[in-house]
Amino acid sequence: MILISGRSLEQGLGKEASKFSKRYIDATMVCQIDPKDMNTLNVSEGENVRISSQYGSIIVKAVKSKYAPHPGVIFMAYGPWANSLTNPETHGTGMPSFKGLEVEVEPVKVTGQPQKEG
Amino acid sequence: MSGKILIKNGFVFDPMNGVNGEVMDIAVENGKIVEEVKGADVKVIDATGMVVMPGGVDIHSHIAGSKVNSGRALRPEDHYRDYEPRKPGLRSGVGRTVPSTFVIGYRYARMGYTTVIEPATPMLKQRHTIEELNDIPIIDKASFPLVGDCWFVMEYIEKNMLKECVAYSAWLLKALKGYALKIVNPGGLESWGWGGNVRGLDDNIPNFNLTPREILRGLCKVNQMLNIPHPIHVHANRLGQPGNYKTLIDTMDCVRDLYDGYKPIIYLTHCQFNSYAGESWIELTSGAPEVADYVNKHPHVVIDIGQVIFSNATTMTADGPFQFQLHLLTDYKWVNADVECETSAGIVPFRYKKRNYVHAIQWITGLELALMIKDPWRVFLTTDHPNAGPFTEYPRVVGWLISRKAREATMKKVNARALKRTMLDSIDREYSLYEIAIVTRAGTANVLGLKSKGHLGVGADADIAIYGFNPRNIDLSRDYKLVRRAFRRAAYTIKGGEVVCVNGEVVKSTEGSIFWINPSISQDLEDAVISDIRGKFRDYYTVEFDSYLIDESLLVNSRPLQVKGGV
Amino acid sequence: MEVIKNVLCPFCGCCCDDLEVEVDSNKIINVRNACALGRGKFLSLGEHRLLKPLVRVNGEYVETDLDKAIEKAVEMVKNSSYPVFYGFGCTSCEAIKLCLEMADLSGGLADNISVVCHGPTILGLQDMGIPSATLGQVRHRADLIIYWGCNPVEAHPRHMLRYGPLSNGRFVAGRKNRRMVVVDVRRTPTAAMADVFIQVKPNSDFEILTALRALVNDLDLEVEEVGGVSAAKLEELADMMVNAKFGALFFGLGLTMSYGKEHNIESAIALVRDLNKKTKFIMIPMRGHFNVTGANEVFTWQTGYPFCVDFSMGYPRYNPGETSAIDVIARGDCDLVFVVGADPCSHLPHHIVEKLKNVKLIVLDPAVTPTVKMADVAIPVAYVGIEAGGTAYRMDGVPLQLRKVVDPPPGILSDVDVLNQILRRLK
Repeated sequence: MILISGRSLEQGLGKEASKFSKRYIDATMVCQIDPKDMNTLNVSEGENVRISSQYGSIIVKAVKSKYAPHPGVIFMAYGPWANSLTNPETHGTGMPSFKGLEVEVEPVKVTGQPQKEG
Repeated sequence: MSGKILIKNGFVFDPMNGVNGEVMDIAVENGKIVEEVKGADVKVIDATGMVVMPGGVDIHSHIAGSKVNSGRALRPEDHYRDYEPRKPGLRSGVGRTVPSTFVIGYRYARMGYTTVIEPATPMLKQRHTIEELNDIPIIDKASFPLVGDCWFVMEYIEKNMLKECVAYSAWLLKALKGYALKIVNPGGLESWGWGGNVRGLDDNIPNFNLTPREILRGLCKVNQMLNIPHPIHVHANRLGQPGNYKTLIDTMDCVRDLYDGYKPIIYLTHCQFNSYAGESWIELTSGAPEVADYVNKHPHVVIDIGQVIFSNATTMTADGPFQFQLHLLTDYKWVNADVECETSAGIVPFRYKKRNYVHAIQWITGLELALMIKDPWRVFLTTDHPNAGPFTEYPRVVGWLISRKAREATMKKVNARALKRTMLDSIDREYSLYEIAIVTRAGTANVLGLKSKGHLGVGADADIAIYGFNPRNIDLSRDYKLVRRAFRRAAYTIKGGEVVCVNGEVVKSTEGSIFWINPSISQDLEDAVISDIRGKFRDYYTVEFDSYLIDESLLVNSRPLQVKGGV
Repeated sequence: MEVIKNVLCPFCGCCCDDLEVEVDSNKIINVRNACALGRGKFLSLGEHRLLKPLVRVNGEYVETDLDKAIEKAVEMVKNSSYPVFYGFGCTSCEAIKLCLEMADLSGGLADNISVVCHGPTILGLQDMGIPSATLGQVRHRADLIIYWGCNPVEAHPRHMLRYGPLSNGRFVAGRKNRRMVVVDVRRTPTAAMADVFIQVKPNSDFEILTALRALVNDLDLEVEEVGGVSAAKLEELADMMVNAKFGALFFGLGLTMSYGKEHNIESAIALVRDLNKKTKFIMIPMRGHFNVTGANEVFTWQTGYPFCVDFSMGYPRYNPGETSAIDVIARGDCDLVFVVGADPCSHLPHHIVEKLKNVKLIVLDPAVTPTVKMADVAIPVAYVGIEAGGTAYRMDGVPLQLRKVVDPPPGILSDVDVLNQILRRLK
C-alpha cells in the first residue's frame, strides 16, 4: 500500500495544545484506511495494525477514512509515528520522502495500548 | 564621531559650487563638511595629486525589495563564482548582478558611492524594501513607491479629484517612508492584471475610465502641488519595443504645458530602453538623436541613460507585460510577481553580447543619449542596475564617456552593421571630469533635492570620494584605463565623516540612513482622505489598513525631509 | 479588559492580520476572526510550557538560570567545528538574522524548514522562474481556482474565504462566479467543496501535469488515462484552464513531497507559464508556517540563497543535497544542531532524529517538545506573535508585523533577546 503523511486539522490543533497532549497523540498515532481495504485486511475500526516500510515499523490504531475512496492508499498525520516509516533519502534535494511511500499493512490482534516500535 | 579630517591638497571637483579642479583643502568634523578643522586630533589625508569629489549619488539602481530578492533567489548561478568572504567586522556575501545586501554596500563604497536610490518599491511590500535597505551597510538610501497603477490614484484622477490625490500621495510618502512618486508603464500594469498591456498614451485602461496620458498628467500636477523635491520618476510605456522612441518623446511632451519654468517636472528613466527607432527587430536602430534633440530643446525634462554593459545582467522591472515578452523572446526563466491593487513585477536573466546586432544597437543608443544631450545636469549615468548591467561597471561607462579611444576599443568588437546604421562612431565629444562629477553625483543629488548630498560645500554631509589619479598629469582620453581603475577602487571613501574605504578595500562598516519625504498639508484634507482610504481598504487589499503602515522606528537611521505641501 | 485589533495570526502561511484578541490582566480570554488552528494557539498558551532553562548534566536534566544556559550554549557553539542552525518557521525575521550572523561567524550551516516543505518549489523556480502574484489578485480577478496537492480546509482554514473561491473581489464576487478544482489522492473536505474533483494515483503528478501541458499547447494525448485520470477528464480541465479569464493554482506538499519532488514543481511551473501565452494564470505555494516565507526572504537577501547555506569556506555556499540540514545530519557531518522555531524531532524522519542523539543539541522553544526533551541546552522563549513582536512574511511574500498581546511569564525573554546575548558573547 502507499502511505501519505500530511496535515490534519486534529494534528494542527493538537500540536498547539502540546506535542505530548492526548489530542496530538490521538491525531498522529492513527492511520486512516479506505473501508474497503479494511475489509480486505480483516481489520475493524479502532483495531491495531502494523505498518512497515523499508525504514521502520510501527503499530497504530486503524480508523475508517472519511475521505474514501482511495484504494491502496493510507493516510497518517505528520508526527513521530509517521516519521518512523518515512524515507530519509533526499535524492539530492534536501527533502526526505514523506508521501507516496510503499508500506506493508497487517492487522495486529493484541490487547493493550498501541505503541511505537523500532 | 567628532572625527576631524582634513583632506589636503586634492584637485577638487564640486560642480554645485562651481569648483572645477582647483587645489583645495576639505575639512570634516562631526560628519559634516566644515570651514576648517584644528587640533592635534585631526586625521590628515594627503590628497596631493588626487581627485576629490563628493561621494557618488546613484539615482536609479534596483538594490532592495521583493523583486530584487526574487531575482537573487532565482539566480544561484549568479552567485557561485562571485563572492565576498567574511572579514573581521565585515559579513560574507555573494552575487554579481544580484548581490546580497552586505555586498551591495561594500561594493558601492569601494567605488566612492555613498548614496543610492531604490527606484521602484511596491507599496504593499514596502516593509520588505525597508528591511533590506536597513541591511545594506554604509550607503544612505531612499526608495520610490510605485503609484502609477495604484487603484486609489487611478480613481482620484479618473474623477478629477486632484486635491484628494495630493493628500493620498502625501499620506503614502509619510506612511511608507518613501521619497518620490514612481510611475512604470502607466496603465500597462493594471492591464497586465488581465494579461494585457497598453500600446500608447491614449489607450483605454480596462475597467477604468482613464488613459496613461491622464495618469501622467494627473500625477505630474499632484507632484507639483505637493512640492515634492524630485519630479515624477517615469518608466515610459512600450519599453523595449522597436520604434518606441516616439512614445518616449510623447511621454516627455505630454506634460510640457505644466512646466513652471523653474525646475524639471518629469524624469524619464533608463531612456536607452525607450529610444529605439525602426519598426521591427531586424530594422532596429537608435532613436537617440531624436530623443536627445527633444531633451536639448525642452528644459522641463531630465533623464538617465540606462547604459548597456556587455556582460551578464538580470532584467527586473515593475513592467510585468514587458518582462513576459522578454521571456517569450529569449525563453530564459521568468518570474512574475503582480501586487494587488498596485503594480506588477517581472524578472528574466539576460546577457548582452557584443556581436549581437540588437545588443550593439542598445549599447550605442545609451552612449548616443549621453553624448548628444548637451546639459550634463539633465542626463545621468546609470545602468538601471541590474537591467543593463551591474553597478560595479559604472567606471567602464565613465571610461566610454571621457574617451573616444575607449569607445573605439569597444566599437572594434561590436556588431559592425549596428555601427554603420548609427551615429556613435562619428561623435567625438568627450566628457570632462567636471561633467562626470555632475552626471554621477552633483546633478543627481540636485534633481533629487538632497541638499546635503552631491557637493562639498560647508554644511554638506561629509560623503567624499578620493580617486587616485592626477588630472594634470594624465590625458583623460588617452589614459582612460587608468581613470577607470581609479574609479573602480577609490583611494578613500568617506561616509558621514568616517573613512570606510581605503585603496578599494572596505575598512569599516557603518549603518547608512534612509531618507524620506514628510509632507505637511491641510489637516482637514488629510483627515478626509485617510478616512476615505481606510473605509475602502478591506475591499481593496487583503491586509488591514494598519498593517500597511511603516513605523519610523523600523528604519535603522531615519532622515525625513520636511516638505510643505501646497494644499 | 482590552481588545487588541490587527493582530497577525502566528500559525499558517495565510498570516491573517484581522484577528482581535481580548486580553485581561495579561491573560488571553478570547480571539475573534481566527480559525480553529489560530484560536487554538492563542488560547492554549499555558499548556506544556518550558518555564526554566534546562541543561543536560551527566545525562540528567538540571534546571538552571538563563545566564548559565546562555554561557553553556556559547561554549558549545565556540567548541563546535561545524554547527547547524536550523528551524525558523515559527519565529520572526529579526531572530533569523541573528542566527545567520552566528552561522557566518562560526563557519557553520544555516538551513530552514522549507527544506522539508517547499524546498522543492525553490529548486523548481531556480530552474524555471515562477509566474506568481499576491493573494489579492486572486480574490479580485480569479474565475478559476485550483488546489493541487493541498487541503486548505484543514491546513489553511480561512484561505478560501479570504483569498480563494469564497472571497469577494472587485471584479469577481463570491463562490458562484468562480469554478473550483481540487486535485488530490483522497477526497478531502476541500475536494468535497470543489466543482471538479480529480483524484490522482499517488506519485503520478508529474505525468499528469505533463499531459495537461501537452493539451494546453494544443497537442493530443495518445493514451486513455494518465495517473488514474481519464484523458477526457484531463481535456476538461485543460479547457477550463485555457478558457479562464484569470486562473490561480495553489499547490502544496502533495507536489513537493511526492515522488518527483522538484520535478513536479517544474512541471507545474511550465504548465502555468505556458498558460500565460493564452490567458492570465498565476501560482502560489501554500506555505505551512507563518514565517517560513520570511526565513527564505531573509536567508536570500543576506546570503544570496533561500536555504541550505554553508559558511564553512568563509562565504555562503549552496548545494541542496550536500548543504541541506537533513543530509548533513544524516551523514554525521555536524557536531552541533542549534534549533530555533521548529521541532525537528517530531517532523523529521526517524533515522535523522536518531542521528541527533550523536550531536550536541541546543533548542530555543516556548513549549516542551520532543526536541526539547533531547536537547543538551533548552532555553524557554516567548511565543512569537503573541508574547513578542517582529516581522513575518505571508505565503505570497507580503511582509506583515507580528504583535505582542501579552507578556511572557516572568524570566522568559524573546528569542531575539536570547540570541542577541549569545551572539554578543560569541563575537
